[in-house]
Amino acid sequence: MSRRQAVGAHYGLRDWLLQRLTAIVMAVYTLLLLGVALWHGGIDYELWTALFAGGTFKLASFLFMAALVYHAWVGMRNIYMDYIKPVALRLALQTATVAALIAYMGWTIRILWGGA
Amino acid sequence: MTGTERLAVKRRPVYLDLLRIRLPLPGIVSFLHRVSGALLFLFGIPLLLAGTGSSLASAESYGQLKSALAHPLAKLVLVGFVWACVHHFCAGIRHLLLDLHIGVDLVSARRSTAVVAVLSVALTLIIGARLW
Repeated sequence: MSRRQAVGAHYGLRDWLLQRLTAIVMAVYTLLLLGVALWHGGIDYELWTALFAGGTFKLASFLFMAALVYHAWVGMRNIYMDYIKPVALRLALQTATVAALIAYMGWTIRILWGGA
Repeated sequence: MTGTERLAVKRRPVYLDLLRIRLPLPGIVSFLHRVSGALLFLFGIPLLLAGTGSSLASAESYGQLKSALAHPLAKLVLVGFVWACVHHFCAGIRHLLLDLHIGVDLVSARRSTAVVAVLSVALTLIIGARLW
């Protein structure tokens, strides 16, 4: 009998590896942003909006959020697998988490390219 | 599959009872890595997006956000957010170093959890002091 579950792990290296790669992406972005803040001795509205007006920074911010969302998915799924025993509840939580994370990506795109 | 391997598969902890677990410091730091991660998912991401959105919308909403964050209660939430970020960051860097086989022996691995715990509280206090 197979012990695999629909809401179990993929029993592979992919998520383990991506958890680390996404962490590195986020760490680099965070340290760069911190570096910019320290270099200018703080961030005011002019610098902040000028930063986000740049196409490269928008793309980097998008990459940061994509990395964050995937990282959060792997982490939350690990938590659910360890502590939530009933399969129906686990599946419901996983579904809600995926829905929230996809919505966050939509929100991100609106902030970055929405022109509001 | 040999008999011992089958036994190992059977004993794999697939479900952990939080109330029955007693942890040493490395376990506490590891657990706080999870707690901070869960908090960042539950509150961190939406707050980050809401904050970034209103800070960029207009100079007016930027100012409103700034004055809202000046409230002592907001600062307290912000300090909690900073701790979750810093702890998760430090514990994560420790994991990456362990993956590179740096500090994997028992003594260094234990010591580095103390470094993570102390460093993240210290950095939180420094950033918190700057906020206030």
